[in-house]
Amino acid sequence: MAQAGGAERPGGRDSDPQLAVPLLQLDGIVKRFPMTIANDGVNLAVRAGEIHALLGENGAGKSTLVKIIYGVLHPDAGEIRWNGLAVAIANPAAARALGIGMVFQHFSLFEALTVAENIALAIDDPQRRRGLKAKITEVSAAYGLKLDPDQAVHHLSVGERQRVEIVRCLLQNPKLLIMDEPTSVLTPQEIEHLFATLRRLRAQGCAILYISHKLEEIRALCDRATVMRQGRVVAECDPRQETSHHLAELMIGKDLKPPYHLHEDAADGAAARLVVANLSLKADRAFGTDLKSISFSVAAGEVLGIAGIAGNGQGELMAALSGEAITAPAIIRIEDAPVGALGPSERRARGACFVPEERHGHGAVPGMSLTENALLSAWRRKALARHGVVDRSKARGFAAEVIRAFDVRSEGPGAEARSLSGGNLQRFIVGREILQEPKVLVVAQPTWGLDAGAAASIRQALLDLADRGTAVVVISQDLDELLEISDRIAVIAGGRLSSPRPAGSVTSAELGLLMGGAAPQAVEAHDAVPA
Amino acid sequence: MPFRLEARGRRSLLWAWLSPVVAVAGTLLLSTLIFAALGKPAGAALYTFVLAPVSDLRGLSELGVKAAPLVLIGTGLALGFRANVWNIGAEGQFILGAIFGGGIGLAAGDSEGVWILPAMILAGAFGGMVWAAIPALLKTRFNASEILTSLMLNYVAQLLLIYLVVGPWKDPQGYGFPQTRLFGDAATMPILIHGTRVHLGVLAAVIAVALVWLLQAKTLLGFKLRVLGEAPRAASYAGFSGPRLTWFALLLSGALAGLAGIFEAAGPIGQLTPSLSPGYGYTAIIVAFLGRLHPFGVLLGGLVLALSYLGGEKAQIALGLPNAVTGIYQGVLLFLLLAADLLVSYRIRLVPAPQSTIGSVAGGVT
Amino acid sequence: MSGAALFTSVMLSVISAATPLLLAATGELVTEKAGVLNLGVEGMMLVGAVIGFAVTLGSGSATLGIVAAALAGAVAALGFAVLTVSLLANQVATGLALTIFGTGFSALIGAGYVGKPLPPLPKLDLPVLSHIPVLGPILFGQDALVYLSFAALAGVSWFLSRSHAGLVLRAVGDSHDAAHAIGYDVVKIRYFAAMFGGAMCGIAGAYLSLAYTPMWAENMSAGRGWIALALVVFSAWRPARLLLGAYLFGGITILQLHIQGLGIAIPSQFVSMLPYLATVVVLVAISSDRSRLRLNTPACLGRAFNAAG
Repeated sequence: MAQAGGAERPGGRDSDPQLAVPLLQLDGIVKRFPMTIANDGVNLAVRAGEIHALLGENGAGKSTLVKIIYGVLHPDAGEIRWNGLAVAIANPAAARALGIGMVFQHFSLFEALTVAENIALAIDDPQRRRGLKAKITEVSAAYGLKLDPDQAVHHLSVGERQRVEIVRCLLQNPKLLIMDEPTSVLTPQEIEHLFATLRRLRAQGCAILYISHKLEEIRALCDRATVMRQGRVVAECDPRQETSHHLAELMIGKDLKPPYHLHEDAADGAAARLVVANLSLKADRAFGTDLKSISFSVAAGEVLGIAGIAGNGQGELMAALSGEAITAPAIIRIEDAPVGALGPSERRARGACFVPEERHGHGAVPGMSLTENALLSAWRRKALARHGVVDRSKARGFAAEVIRAFDVRSEGPGAEARSLSGGNLQRFIVGREILQEPKVLVVAQPTWGLDAGAAASIRQALLDLADRGTAVVVISQDLDELLEISDRIAVIAGGRLSSPRPAGSVTSAELGLLMGGAAPQAVEAHDAVPA
Repeated sequence: MPFRLEARGRRSLLWAWLSPVVAVAGTLLLSTLIFAALGKPAGAALYTFVLAPVSDLRGLSELGVKAAPLVLIGTGLALGFRANVWNIGAEGQFILGAIFGGGIGLAAGDSEGVWILPAMILAGAFGGMVWAAIPALLKTRFNASEILTSLMLNYVAQLLLIYLVVGPWKDPQGYGFPQTRLFGDAATMPILIHGTRVHLGVLAAVIAVALVWLLQAKTLLGFKLRVLGEAPRAASYAGFSGPRLTWFALLLSGALAGLAGIFEAAGPIGQLTPSLSPGYGYTAIIVAFLGRLHPFGVLLGGLVLALSYLGGEKAQIALGLPNAVTGIYQGVLLFLLLAADLLVSYRIRLVPAPQSTIGSVAGGVT
Repeated sequence: MSGAALFTSVMLSVISAATPLLLAATGELVTEKAGVLNLGVEGMMLVGAVIGFAVTLGSGSATLGIVAAALAGAVAALGFAVLTVSLLANQVATGLALTIFGTGFSALIGAGYVGKPLPPLPKLDLPVLSHIPVLGPILFGQDALVYLSFAALAGVSWFLSRSHAGLVLRAVGDSHDAAHAIGYDVVKIRYFAAMFGGAMCGIAGAYLSLAYTPMWAENMSAGRGWIALALVVFSAWRPARLLLGAYLFGGITILQLHIQGLGIAIPSQFVSMLPYLATVVVLVAISSDRSRLRLNTPACLGRAFNAAG
């Protein structure tokens, strides 16, 4: 079924997949970038009809490797074998011609085009573009991936976008499907659905190369796992036979301590530091989400987690809290003072600090030095400018303090922000806000794209801050992260916020239903049945 | 493609300052080729164009006179460009400065009074600001691209000037020429160095450079403008108001262009005519880029571009080349500069041809 | 009958004023759809105007002149593409440089041609049809470039909405990273789009110097290149609205010729300001709806793309 017509597959009829020639075999792949070696002699074998995990931290070289397989990048050394024959994959069209399909992590979709147009762009043979809409409907029905071919992509949710990418691949009858971190943007329910689709493809003989750093998923889904660390393969194993803890050790190379949070109950009696009452806001972007009567409060010493799938109003909520978008004064209160009509700088003066989701160009200016980036948000609270004149040496001193206190690896305060790795820049930004001793800290996606070590250190820093009495709001798509560090969790979906519930008493399945847009009552009812 | 561009990770300070030098050298090289192609003796032509204009003290002073409006305008534009505010309307703001200031000068007639000149200068700056306020308003209130609106206003300003000098402000004793009468002594810019045409505007240009440098390098406002230009979302995150900064950048560059206008009209020209500016407003864009959008750089860039005007005039007289040669040099200079600027942020790596291509194998499978 | 004659003559002058705008804007539309913002339209028009004039005068063939003008425009755009697409130079600054260069270059080349006469581009009088009263001369008595402007617009409209190549071009303008990821040659497509735009601007220039006013004068495009750029914004990157915009502006340009004929006492300079002021007004009207503007604008317009970095 998944075989393209006429393709020769030596060994394809062999009954034992372990003895057959692998569908795809990589030998000693090397890829260098100016600063790093992304792949350093990588070997990998993927067989037909298996789901093969490629496991590793951010920065381990997984994405580079799959881009090489898909022809987007070219290896500096090493060999790629397809059905035992050496091939050089010049470009993605060549990869598709071989029968390789890829679902990208940051979707390779075109917002302004329709679903059908997006799919047509990845089909190289003009003959097969005929009657495409009917084929899309057919395939999407066959796999339970509902899609309207005429809809523009910018109207689609993240989960629907992924469906477009998957259908795009399926239409080519792939022999190998590469999925790069496919679940990072899905609800638990959507993940189950995706897994069902992937298992079905496996049953049809399609090989799947599944890239992830989520261990439970890999143990539930995959037949084989190749573990990468710092550009090298460090292990190959059957993930079903391994514990998550052992996989994590293989992946990270060391043992990680769970984060430490001082108190659970102290927040109960504390005064509310940040109160949001009935916040409604029209999105100012073309495809934004309007906020609809959001209310919550955060007490001193408390961590409030706000979960949700990307694009459900998180950006707008962050803008409303930080003062980049302005509301009526009484809607947002910091220590009981109305601040809704104040801009970011006045809110900082009153004790609120912020870490936006995007590091480059929002939380930091990539082309400016760390000193100047320290000035960016701290000039007011740290008095780095007097009578409109910048106190350079004081700003440099503050930057140096952040670098020291948060272990930011850089060439010092003079280094440009863009020269830092993602984890180091995030540590700098978080540190810059924390060292301003805020009364309220709002953080969006604090550990997005960071390796486990950097993520753990940032989570710990946030908990330490809460333990010193700051009210902390964490907006994140990573449910595991929120369950780990939050005292209470609320879910944002379609611009509405569910009422926060204690983190100890909610399950990820309940949160997943809310993230998928189910009404809170329905979830509570669902919750009540087993109890 | 036989080369690949690799991001340096940090800007190369060396290339940031070397690239204008490379661009100027390249332009000179190219111009010799053009001269040769036009059948002129290349060496002599180059001499006429580059060295002859500044071979004596008078020539040097003329260089300063020509550079003054370019530097004044370029300083303001550079500040705006850094903030991602693309004021292309300096030509119009220059004209409006001349009209506002010149209007006072004409109204003053031959009357004496120490107030006349300061009033003209202030009115000139104000005129430029008024003209720049239009794109500022349209940008901040209606989101209209300041590039196109400010540019359109250049044509409007030029037509307004023509209307005035052939209509209500025409010199009755001017034998029908489209020009106003000459400004009186009290309404003319004082000469600073006896025996030259170096006037108050030259000093003003140097002062403007120093003040704008202080603004850019030392103040929070200068920092805010740079953040707005490099990362507008970071500016709004920090609470730096984009609209307010846009207003400031446009008004300041408009004021400086307006100043340049009145200094020219009431200085070297001495009256209002339809051809007040030989394209200073456009050339100043090149000056700003050549000067790395840095006030001191603009000072140097202004001198280089002033030379291109003087050289163009010399070449016209001595070699019979059309004045338009100046425009070509200016365009080529900016082209080369932009090309050389690549090396500030990128490194060029030659890439060996790919080892082999998939063509045959992939074709076989399909 | 004299009313009909006036209508015919007004329509004819509207068409001739609109044609160069339509030609240039159609080219720039394609360029911008691929994500390239070339502000050098004015410069490329001037280069096209002088080359078209010189070649027509030298060879006696207007066809040759128009082809040469298109080539010259394409070569100018090629230079722009080398700088912006390959060398990643700032598109705004490079476009300005192209205009400055084109103005100077055309003045230098054209210095010897100022004041030389040239017979206007012949009208393709279609027998019988062009003699239909009122509509005949309007519909069937135009020169080849007027028809070309319509054909080009229709062709571009078909290309962008119906052809696969047009889809690829739009995709590159929407997200160059995604287009690169699925294997399209962003650089090549942008070169093509920029050069097509340049060729159309060259032809627009040739229309000015061969048909609109059959002569060469320095700076004869008088800001039409910039107006064409504004028209592309006005059209929301849709060919049908480009037609509307170009003829609207053609009408405004002609208004200035007729307003004084109607005996209204306004100094001519103020009347001449009309097209420029109208451009500003139109830009304001179209830009003030921020979210709609952003929805229509090619998402990668003006942004540099570097595959390696």
